[in-house]
Amino acid sequence: MDKGAKTVTGKDRYKSGVMEYRKMGYWEPDYEPKDTDIIAMFRISPQDGVDPIEAAAAVAGESSTATWTVVWTDRLTASEKYRAKAYRVDPVPNSDDQYFAYIAYDLDLFEPGSIANLTASIIGNVFGFKPLKALRLEDMRFPVAYVKTFDGPATGIVVERERLDKFGRPLLGATVKPKLGLSGRNYGRVVYEALKGGLDFTKDDENINSQPFMHWRDRFLYCMEAVNKAEAATGELKGTYLNVTAGTMEEMYKRAEFAKELGSCIIMIDLVIGYTAIQSMSKWARDNDMILHLHRAGHGTYTRQKTHGISFRVIAKWMRLAGVDHLHGGTVVGKLEGDPAMTRGWYDYMREEYNPTNYENGVFFDQDWASLNKVMPVASGGIHAGQMHQLIQHLGEDVVLQFGGGTIGHPDGIEAGAVANRVALECMIQARNEGRDYVNEGPEILNAAAKWCSPLKAALSTWKDVTFNYESTDTSDFAPTATPSN
Amino acid sequence: MSDTETTENEVDIEKLPDDAAVDLQAEFEKSQVQEVLDKLDNELVGLVPVKTRIKEIAALLLVDRLRRRFSLTSETPTLHMNFTGNPGTGKTTVALRMAEILHRLGYVREGHLVSVTRDDLVGQYIGHTAPKTKAIIKKAMGGVLFIDEAYYLYKPENERDYGGESIEILLQVMENHRDDLVVILAGYKDKMDKFFESNPGMRSRIAHHLDFPDYTADELEQIADLMLAEQSYQLSDCARQALSEYIPIRMQLSHFANARSIRNALDRARLRQANRLFASRDKELKKEDLITLTEADFRASRVFLDGKLDGDPADGIMNDMNFNEN
Amino acid sequence: MAMPNPAKRVTQGQFSFLPDLTDEQILAQIKYALKNDWAVNVEYTDDPHPRNTYWEMFGLPMFDLKDPAGILMEINECRKTFPDMYIRVTAFDNTHGWEAPRMSYIVNRPSSEPGFRLHRQNREGRNIGYSIDSYAADKPEGERP
Repeated sequence: MDKGAKTVTGKDRYKSGVMEYRKMGYWEPDYEPKDTDIIAMFRISPQDGVDPIEAAAAVAGESSTATWTVVWTDRLTASEKYRAKAYRVDPVPNSDDQYFAYIAYDLDLFEPGSIANLTASIIGNVFGFKPLKALRLEDMRFPVAYVKTFDGPATGIVVERERLDKFGRPLLGATVKPKLGLSGRNYGRVVYEALKGGLDFTKDDENINSQPFMHWRDRFLYCMEAVNKAEAATGELKGTYLNVTAGTMEEMYKRAEFAKELGSCIIMIDLVIGYTAIQSMSKWARDNDMILHLHRAGHGTYTRQKTHGISFRVIAKWMRLAGVDHLHGGTVVGKLEGDPAMTRGWYDYMREEYNPTNYENGVFFDQDWASLNKVMPVASGGIHAGQMHQLIQHLGEDVVLQFGGGTIGHPDGIEAGAVANRVALECMIQARNEGRDYVNEGPEILNAAAKWCSPLKAALSTWKDVTFNYESTDTSDFAPTATPSN
Repeated sequence: MSDTETTENEVDIEKLPDDAAVDLQAEFEKSQVQEVLDKLDNELVGLVPVKTRIKEIAALLLVDRLRRRFSLTSETPTLHMNFTGNPGTGKTTVALRMAEILHRLGYVREGHLVSVTRDDLVGQYIGHTAPKTKAIIKKAMGGVLFIDEAYYLYKPENERDYGGESIEILLQVMENHRDDLVVILAGYKDKMDKFFESNPGMRSRIAHHLDFPDYTADELEQIADLMLAEQSYQLSDCARQALSEYIPIRMQLSHFANARSIRNALDRARLRQANRLFASRDKELKKEDLITLTEADFRASRVFLDGKLDGDPADGIMNDMNFNEN
Repeated sequence: MAMPNPAKRVTQGQFSFLPDLTDEQILAQIKYALKNDWAVNVEYTDDPHPRNTYWEMFGLPMFDLKDPAGILMEINECRKTFPDMYIRVTAFDNTHGWEAPRMSYIVNRPSSEPGFRLHRQNREGRNIGYSIDSYAADKPEGERP
């Protein structure tokens, strides 16, 4: 690594031609990031023969002011301020061709309150840059000054709980299955049974929009009949995430307005609608007292592989800024990718006021959220009542646990499935609060409740052996005690 | 106030079969009560009769606990106490240690001390007293409620006084929540005796009466030494002589409050020392000067000069100073 | 006629699907709240409508307590005063960024829980407006328990 490269200054800096990025001012090893800088941390895999410092400087250059050659028009600007500065490059522990590159960006490079502008800079150009084999955005630090340009989640965890009058336990949800093909009338039946049985929420799946088998208005109407009937049957507030994802903003607003007109407390969008559409829907949700649920549809295409793409923790940060209330964050124990330490890292991004640096969990910076509302994480995918102790251990209490198959697939029906999940949840929270070692005594606690609750008994015996023990691909590079080398 | 059953004591008592043998010494060591007794010995000079009574009570409770383990008794004994004595005789400190002992023996769950007087318990309007008293009782639960000058709760000369309401509530709690808290009443002996005469219900709920004697002059001097050591001060030889002359004179004057009066005297001496050092601030100071109280720091007291009390040390010593200059 | 959900009763709160908590179990939950420095409040109502946010407070929230027995004493007094009402225990967390309840669970219920009537209003097109009423609140307030 050539850490000694010096920035060329004076007249020579602007001589026409090609110059190494590290000499153009994009590598400043002595630079101390300002409190107001945005910092990005990339994992870079340089092509063979490319010096990692030059690669880092290139990333800084290409994500800020540089192009492939020197341009005289730089001299019409305060170019030193606008240049992103790579200031630290560390080899990735236990790897010989990957490096962590820290790059600082001046706040003036960004438009206030725009994820689209932010991402156009940080990931706009540079991921296809030839001198790099692969590039991954690992983490970002946003200064308070920048955080304050966003409204953040429309509702937030605390107000969601107050509004729904549900405290001190995870919320329970289920995605209606089969996700495609049900008519509106049949779909609403699933919602009613699940909510009456004890769940707090049901959910449209990401690809339930308005297909030939079910028009969206039909779904909304039948679902709200189910929600209201379930509220009357239980005396408890209920909700169903009505997915308003559509082809245009106009259509999404139309669907959201209809959901509001019907009295729904929550609507849903998919990550694939894009950052600007998400921010627009957040603004709409804020204006209309609506909880906004975001399904992270599509993220696996760029978050899962360790060497290329964007870490989900960055997506989680962007989404808290963009202002969603619910965000899927993985289950640790279920069917979808999710290393426990990494998952903990982005759950903290969603739920905490302040995140201290924690390399083990992939938290590379201190992040102050400046009192932005908190995002409720959603755990969904291949989980069941028998894992309740592990779910609470890994995910805590401010989370929506979504048991889709684990409710609807219950041998005695949807209502019985909901009862099993609710009883498992309540007895585990009770045991935890009583100070019992609920993680180790979990199965015992569940079996004791199953003695008087036959739906739980049936659930435990149906799914007792179901686990998804595959290696995670997105794991921590740091052993629990390691600190990164300098 | 509710008359519900008292709650189960947290420290579950392991029952023993009839033919079991127990080692009382081992039980005593396990309870770590000796530590508290030692602490009491170190921080309080004299008070031998009180310390003896505390040890007796500790022994009684230890044995009672064993009797419960053999199922010889199941009731929580009445533990409410009455501490009588003049001000400054160590009642509050002993109450703190008593709370600790009760905690270590499993008679209260938390072992904290909530110290109150009439104003904390009794309100000034109708309907004000019960919530006030209950709020204090709830705070004290799991520990010890220490009511200083408890007799002021009862003001027979005023028909409209709300103190009686507070007493009623206290009586119920002392009876029905014996597992949840221990009440210690404290005050002058004669006034407490009168209070019990008018409130026999209260008297019958008190299990232990402890009388705190006044300190002797020698004991007060030892207390002074303890206090000085705690604050890193020392006495010059002449100052010591002055202090031992001061104490018997002060004991004869009005408002004598045992250890508290000694603390006040030392506080005033410290102020005079500071002033003395400041007045000669052109001289170099050594550590020795900063920690030493001299004879003059004591002799300037009005107790010596005209046999009267000094002002409150909190008001400063300007009076003393003026007096000196004159 | 019981309510049509599987618990056959109002399912608000943290522990409605479990058998009624014993006093000992309630003490354990209160202890958890006190351990976290949360203030505990006892509230009661005869109208369990899900949007009836403000139940009557049985005294003020209890701050700075060390031991749960005092709170159980209040609960029991509330039960004695309003034996046929819903009583819930809430725990408030005043930490910045939360400043809201952390716990809420029912500790007393009326002998019968008649549930709720669902009203449907036909609106324009197929839209329906919904509202629900507590049967318990049918009687004028003066005649309720």
